[in-house]
This record gives sequence, structure tokens and C-alpha cells, in this order.
Amino acid sequence: MGSLQLKSVRKSFGTVDVIKGIDLDVKDGEFVIFVGPSGCGKSTLLRIIAGLEDATSGSITIDGAEVVTVPPAKRGIAMVFQSYALYPHLSVKDNMGLGLKQAGTPKDEIEKRVSKASAMLSLEKYLARRPAELSGGQRQRVAIGRAIVREPKLFLFDEPLSNLDAALRVNTRLEIARLHRELKATMIYVTHDQVEAMTLADKIVVLDAGVIQQVGSPMELYNRPANLFVAGFIGSPAMNFIDAGRLGVTDAKTIGVRPEHLSLSRDNGEWQGKVVHVEHLGADTIIYLESEKVGLITVRLFGEHHYAVDDVVFATSAAGQTHRFDANGRAIR
Amino acid sequence: MSKARTSLTRTSLVHLALISYAIISVFPVFLTIINSMKDRNAIFRNPMQLPSPKTFDLVGYYTVLGQGDFANYFQNSFIVTVASIALVLLFGAMAAFALSEYRFRGNTLMGLYLAIGIMIPIRLGTVAILQGMVATGLVNTLTALVLVYTAQGIPLAVFILSEFMRTVSDDLKNAGRIDGLSEYSIFFRLVLPLVRPAMATVAVFTMIPIWNDLWFPLILAPSEATKTVTLGSQIFIGQFVTNWNAVLAALSLAIFPVLVLYLVFSRQLIRGITSGAVK
Ligand SMILES: Nc1ncnc2c1ncn2[C@@H]1O[C@H](COP(=O)(O)OP(=O)(O)OP(=O)(O)O)[C@@H](O)[C@H]1O
Ligand SMILES: [Mg+2]
Repeated sequence: MGSLQLKSVRKSFGTVDVIKGIDLDVKDGEFVIFVGPSGCGKSTLLRIIAGLEDATSGSITIDGAEVVTVPPAKRGIAMVFQSYALYPHLSVKDNMGLGLKQAGTPKDEIEKRVSKASAMLSLEKYLARRPAELSGGQRQRVAIGRAIVREPKLFLFDEPLSNLDAALRVNTRLEIARLHRELKATMIYVTHDQVEAMTLADKIVVLDAGVIQQVGSPMELYNRPANLFVAGFIGSPAMNFIDAGRLGVTDAKTIGVRPEHLSLSRDNGEWQGKVVHVEHLGADTIIYLESEKVGLITVRLFGEHHYAVDDVVFATSAAGQTHRFDANGRAIR
Repeated sequence: MSKARTSLTRTSLVHLALISYAIISVFPVFLTIINSMKDRNAIFRNPMQLPSPKTFDLVGYYTVLGQGDFANYFQNSFIVTVASIALVLLFGAMAAFALSEYRFRGNTLMGLYLAIGIMIPIRLGTVAILQGMVATGLVNTLTALVLVYTAQGIPLAVFILSEFMRTVSDDLKNAGRIDGLSEYSIFFRLVLPLVRPAMATVAVFTMIPIWNDLWFPLILAPSEATKTVTLGSQIFIGQFVTNWNAVLAALSLAIFPVLVLYLVFSRQLIRGITSGAVK
């Protein structure tokens, strides 16, 4: 249980088309992540799945049942919001139990589920507190707990970690990954953060301007991006794009090389360039080169390297690691 | 805070302005109260003087309280004010929620229509209102006053409350919807508690003009049984042309119920339960 199908889902606000025909198949137990630039319609799509927003057209099926006319509470979903959205006047326990109470679940069953969820999230100590008396990380765990107790077919997360600081974000990320393993539930997760997307997802859906650009496993997207947008969006630092004409390649419009697939040498190599900036990240060194032949390119070297600004160096791309794109931006395979 | 020193002068200036304003506002009230406790000669000879053992005289209060129906006037004022506030808050908040939460055709137009109600004084419609009340047999009932005051208070209430309701997080309401709360529960259990300070503000703004109004009680409900305090005190002026003791005492007494109501609402104003709901 817990599969989801979207068929040509569209949404417009007035005359503005925000979602332009989405087809998507999510299998039971999958962890699916929506990524895309700000304003591309990720949250809107999630709210349509939740039933908080009506789709202009299209069909949504959860577990084989059409849910377009079903209210949010009856869809068997639970949602975790970026802003936590806890009920300020209720204790942690009542926050988690409210949904069940509304559904008429017996008291002892509510009690059981709340204590199970709070044990999972180590919230036992805080059950009597109000949200105002919790830290940001604890609040987000309560919000996740509120979703868990409903034992939904489908978990929906809208950027649940973006209000947390970096360290807490990593912890909560691990916690969500663990929850997914333990609950074996279907999860749909919206994020801006590539690392979250790459580390958590079974399947990533890359959206741009209300259209799916590519669907695939993290490694598929990384190794075989379908178009320029996905190639540039996945991976950090972003892929270098080089005009094919400058390299004398005739059967493609653009050549893409990831920064980590370039090597540097002081003596010889494919493209000569001058160092314009160096970033030391400890584990990596990022070097920006201005090359006469191919323009500004980024090189990512593993470990510590000492290049100075204005050094003249040669960059060479690893064999078989270049991507070719045609005039429409589609990958040539 | 490095700005502490510069802001000290600013704070004291602000306080100076506020204190002088407070003194100016409170002075007439103060004058009314001290004079209500003096004898007639002292009121005219030395209006600024505090009551001394020689001039102290509660004759005004005796007159007012002995005048029979004053307790009844108070009760009428109280009923009318409280009932009107309750209705204004209930319907104002519901309309504000609908206008701020739902997208429907004519939403903006409806908002504007209500805003016009703030700008056009309801007294312009007095004749029509009186005709309506006569036709429905509501003349000389407190219901007539409550209806008029509710109509008078709703536009401002909708205006203020809808602004505040727009600030209540959508995520919170959506979380409620996913948890199976009906739109009514969302309104009463999630949104209303969060806009409580705004409700208190509206209550105070609505209450004062109703309590002090002379116009509609005089026109719609001048009978002895339905007189409000303000109207009752005015009748004193007619009866005891120069009996200032009674008038001042009546006015002093009329201050206290409204003060109590104000204190009740202002406690709500200060209470902030919203912190921590949404980051
Ligand atoms: N109620 C609305 N009325 C009109 N336009 C809206 C409404 N809600 C969203 N939009 C528009 O729809 C587009 C998609 O919004 P959405 O919130 O889904 O973006 P997003 O991908 O979640 O962005 P972010 O990553 O910044 O959260 C935006 O351009 C936004 O302006
Ligand atoms: Mg969003």
C-alpha cells in the first residue's frame, strides 16, 4: 500500500500556468524527492497531492483509488511543513494526537501510537510541553511525529529541514532516512538541497517551470542527465558547459564536463588556462580557470593543492566522462 | 546593545510626549470626578480645587441613586454594549476569515463594500433605520440598539481582523485540514486564538462609541425602561437645569463599567500566545 499515480496534472492560478502536465508513478515504499529552482511549482504539486489545492485538470490516484474529490484528511496522507505548523495552544502530545482524535480513534490506541512515535523520535521528555517551549529541532521532530502517528500511506515533506541549522539538518536527515527504513512507507519530499536529494532519494524528480525534466535514481541523474537543465542542476559545483564549436566538435552543440572529471597539470594538457580563484574546502580544492579556448571553467581536485592566482595550468578531461548536448539542450547518447 | 545611550534621550522624549498626552486626556475625567464630590457652591467658586472636608458633599450621588431607575439604565447600557461587542466580534471575525482565507468571485468587491461602511457614518441612515424599526415593532427595545450598533461596528472589525488573519500561517491551517478539522474548527480553534489581541483591539474600539452614544438611544429607545446611562444623564440636565452635582455624579458613575470592560479586554491584548507556533 502507498503507491501514487499522477496523470497529466495541471494547475493554473488565474492565467498563470504553474504546473504544466505532470505524469508520475511512485511505487509503494519509494522515497521520491522533488527538486528544482525556487518557484518551479514543487510545493504546489505537493499541495495538490495532499488535496490542499485543487488541480485544474488531471487525475491523482493513491493506492489505485482516484482521490481528486477526497478531502485531505481522508486521503491517507500526512504532511510535514517547513514552518512546522504546530498548534500553539496544544501540548506536544495533543499536537500529535489531534488527527487521530478527529478521526474517532479510541483513546488507548492514540496513547499507544503517540508513545511509540515519541520513542522513535526521543520526544518522551517533552510530551507535556507547548511548542513555544521547544527548540527548532524539537519542533520539527514533533511535526514529524504528528505525521507518523497517523500511519499514513503517503508521507509528504515540504522542505522540512530548511529552517534548521547545518548540524541539526544532518542529524534530522539521518533520522528521516532511518524512519523510511523502519516504516517502509512511501515518502515524497521537496527540497532545494542537492545533498538531501542525493542522499535520501530512491528516485529524484527534477522540475523546472512546472514541467518534469527528468526522473531517475540519484546516480542516473548524475551520470546520464537527460538535458542541459538537469546536468547543470545536479552536482556541485555545477557542470562546465563548453561551446562545442570552440572544441571543433561538429555533432553536438554543447559539451559538458563535471569539475571533478577534470585534472590539472602545470606542464601539459588539453586546455591551457590561468587560475583566477582558488577555494580550499579541506577535502577538496576548487579552482576556477580562465581559458582562452573554452572560457571560464571550474575544476574540483580531491585533497589539498597549492595553486596561486595567475598560475598558468593545463586542464584535461577524463576519458568517457564528457556529456554531449544537441541544439535543443537534449543529451546525445 | 550599542544604541542604548542614544536611545535614552529618544525614549525620554517619547515618554514625555506620551505622559503629556495622557495628562491632557485624563484631566477632564479627573475634573468630573473631583467636582462630583463637592457641594454646589464649591463647584462654581473653585472648580479646580480638590474636595476638602468643608466642601465634600455626596449630594449628587444621592440624587442620582435616589432617582429610581439609574440601576436600570446601567443594566441597559451594559446589555447593549456587551451584546453588540459579542455580535460584532463573532460576525466580524467570520466575515474577515472568509475574505482573507477563501478565493471566491467578488471577494475584493465585498471587502471594498465593507470598507465603505467605515467611511460613511451610519447616522446618515437614521430616518430609514427608524422607519425599519417602526415597521418591525422594535422601537423602544434594546434589540433595536444592538442591531444598529452591530451594523455600525462590523466594517471596522472586518477591516482590522482580516488584516490580522492574513498573517496566520497557511501551513497551520493546512495542517489542521490534514488532521481532519472542519473549516469551522479551523476558524474557532486555530485562527481565533491567534488573533485574540486583534479581537481585543476591535472590542475596545467598538465599545467606547456604543457606551457613549446618545443619538440612537434618544431616537430608537427613549422609553423609561430602555434608557441607557448616557441618555439617562442627559435627562438629568433637562430636569435639574442647574443641578451639576447630579450630572457630574452620573457621568462619574458611567465611567466605571466601561473601565472594567476595558481592563478585561486589555489583558487579552497583552497576552501573547502566538509565540512559537510558527517560526
Ligand atoms: N495562491 C497562489 N496564487 C497565485 N500564484 C501562486 C499561488 N501559489 C503559488 N503561486 C505561484 O506558483 C509558482 C510555484 O509556487 P511554489 O510555491 O509551488 O514554488 P516552489 O517550487 O515550492 O518554490 P520554493 O522552492 O521557493 O518553495 C510560483 O511562481 C508562485 O508565484
Ligand atoms: Mg515551496
